[in-house]
Amino acid sequence: MDIAILINSILAASPPLLFAVLGETITEKAGVINLSLDGSLLLTAMVGFIIALHTNSVIAGFLTGMAVGAFIGLIIAFMSLTLHQPQVATGFVLTLLSRDLAYVVGNPYTHLPGPQVPHMPIPGLKELTFIGPVLFDQNPVVYLSLLAIILVWIYIFKTRSGLKLQGLGERPAAAFLRGVNVTKMRYFYTLIGGALVGLGGASFSLMVKPGWARPYGIEGTGWIALAIVIFGGWKPIRAALGIFFFVALQTAVNILQSAAPNVPTQLFPTLPFPLMILTLLFVTIGNAEWMNRILNRLPVGTKRFFIRTLKALQTSPPASLGTLFKKE
Amino acid sequence: MGNKTIGLELGVKGFLLLITAILVAIGLSTTILLIMGASPLDAFGLILSGSLGSSSKLAYVMTAWVPVLLCSAGLLVTFSAGLWNIGIEGQVVMGAVFATGMMQVLQESLPPAAVLTLAACAGLLGGASWGMLAGGLRLYGNVNEIFGGLGLNFIAGSLTVYLVLGPWKRPGIGSTSGTQPFPPSLWLPAFEGFQVSPIELLLGISVIVLASIALRGTHLGLQLKAIGKNPRSAFLMGIPIGRQMLLAFGLCGALAGLAGWVLVVGTSARHNLFPLISSGYGFLAILVVLLANLSALWSVPIAFFFTAISMGSLQLALQRQLDSSMGGVIQGMLLLSVLITKGLQSRFLQWGQR
Repeated sequence: MDIAILINSILAASPPLLFAVLGETITEKAGVINLSLDGSLLLTAMVGFIIALHTNSVIAGFLTGMAVGAFIGLIIAFMSLTLHQPQVATGFVLTLLSRDLAYVVGNPYTHLPGPQVPHMPIPGLKELTFIGPVLFDQNPVVYLSLLAIILVWIYIFKTRSGLKLQGLGERPAAAFLRGVNVTKMRYFYTLIGGALVGLGGASFSLMVKPGWARPYGIEGTGWIALAIVIFGGWKPIRAALGIFFFVALQTAVNILQSAAPNVPTQLFPTLPFPLMILTLLFVTIGNAEWMNRILNRLPVGTKRFFIRTLKALQTSPPASLGTLFKKE
Repeated sequence: MGNKTIGLELGVKGFLLLITAILVAIGLSTTILLIMGASPLDAFGLILSGSLGSSSKLAYVMTAWVPVLLCSAGLLVTFSAGLWNIGIEGQVVMGAVFATGMMQVLQESLPPAAVLTLAACAGLLGGASWGMLAGGLRLYGNVNEIFGGLGLNFIAGSLTVYLVLGPWKRPGIGSTSGTQPFPPSLWLPAFEGFQVSPIELLLGISVIVLASIALRGTHLGLQLKAIGKNPRSAFLMGIPIGRQMLLAFGLCGALAGLAGWVLVVGTSARHNLFPLISSGYGFLAILVVLLANLSALWSVPIAFFFTAISMGSLQLALQRQLDSSMGGVIQGMLLLSVLITKGLQSRFLQWGQR
């Protein structure tokens, strides 16, 4: 049963990252980079908490978080698609601005108790062996986040509109010729993606890390989310596996921390970041010229193994990611 | 001047634009303050008096200005090559770490001037190596410099915490307030009655001037600009892109490391190594250089202005129930409104086109 509890807690801690990564995946599939995640997660977490506290409604908190996330998406889209300003610059400025805004506006609300998402096991299904306690003894947001992985995957890869979405990021010119309003649709998906990021932020403050504080303790998570989008190869399911793996490692680190008190504790919170660099390295190193040169020197069998492994890990972004589409 | 430029352009129209953007930013910040139930006039007044209100406060701003100038100079180099050196915070930290380490080893055995100079070299080296690491990850591992640099920032941060609580802890009990402060003989000498070190100021100004000259008039500078404008044609022109990019990272890191050294030995420094010693100066410099549209000339006053806002807003936390991040909000709003007005101008208002 211990394993079941462990997996249950991993699933319960994953929704913020899941929503953020799914949102960013959608945005980037459309060819737009929303770099602001590290700030917008903080801002939407803070706003979600405050609104839920004032209205005593968790749902209002989530909706406001989504609205704020979508608004940040709107700024990114407007600056890039309408004003033709560089996306990375806008995104970076918004990262810092949203973070600081969260600290300023959230200041009077630090360390206050507030409403949280209620636990809601599903009767009947909960009694199933193993799957019951793992999957169906959770709260509604967890169910929604797991459903979202499937839905986003179906939408992107199995529907007509999803195909058009991929066209926006891969070959906007071709999409345009097929009658797609590229700019309008990119706006749409940047807003949708931003709203999902906001849902992620609010699930931090209303569920995984209830309340607000400065520092809130999720600083840096937005960058991890952006890295997981890359690791996930812009595919929802692979990204979700990456998140579960990441959250599992965090859990393992927490257990390790209490098991090995001699290791300096301040090193543990940093572990995700070398891990992030290493993961990205594995994902991208197959493209490096020197890597291919080394591989070519290996004996055939080993070479094939390494090439296959690297190919399996390797991901490539939508071809027109971050570029402007201008009708000539 | 194509679409690629960011931030402001010089000239009368640029000036009008700046005024518009400042008004918009003030308007937005005022709205935030009103939402917070604070008096905007009172808050802006506090920021002003907290940064320029007395000679000691001005001195404090001027010494904080220097690390921002040094980082801005470095970022001018990387931005010219089209590189986003977000790892600059970690490079500042590593500069401070290397400088502190060098001083701890040498402070007993060498005269102060020699210790300070060698510590500066160590700072340069520490920052440069951390910068080259981000550059190497980008170049040889295809890891985007934004993620590589960011990860390295966090690693540098926790290395400091580890050093401060572990091997370099104060005699007795280690605390996150930092290592044992260095004696006044190892502080940069200041003016009489005005706590600013002429060495610092000279260093900050001359480095940014040098960076500007190097970017305009040297082979390396022009090659970096070519890479930034169009890497493909730079490659076809026979520019060794990889080597020059790595060099840009190294140079920027070195200057950031020098900023780290200033943060340890400078006049207003705490004269020790402590966690978060970079205090966001690196990120602040990114905003400065973006706002200055990669102009070294504009970077100097903007860096001063932004440092003043950051220092002044500390008073908001000390004297009112406001968060000191308000300074960051004003800076961010300012940059955002400049980007918006500039975009509107170049897209829709043809009067802006020269």
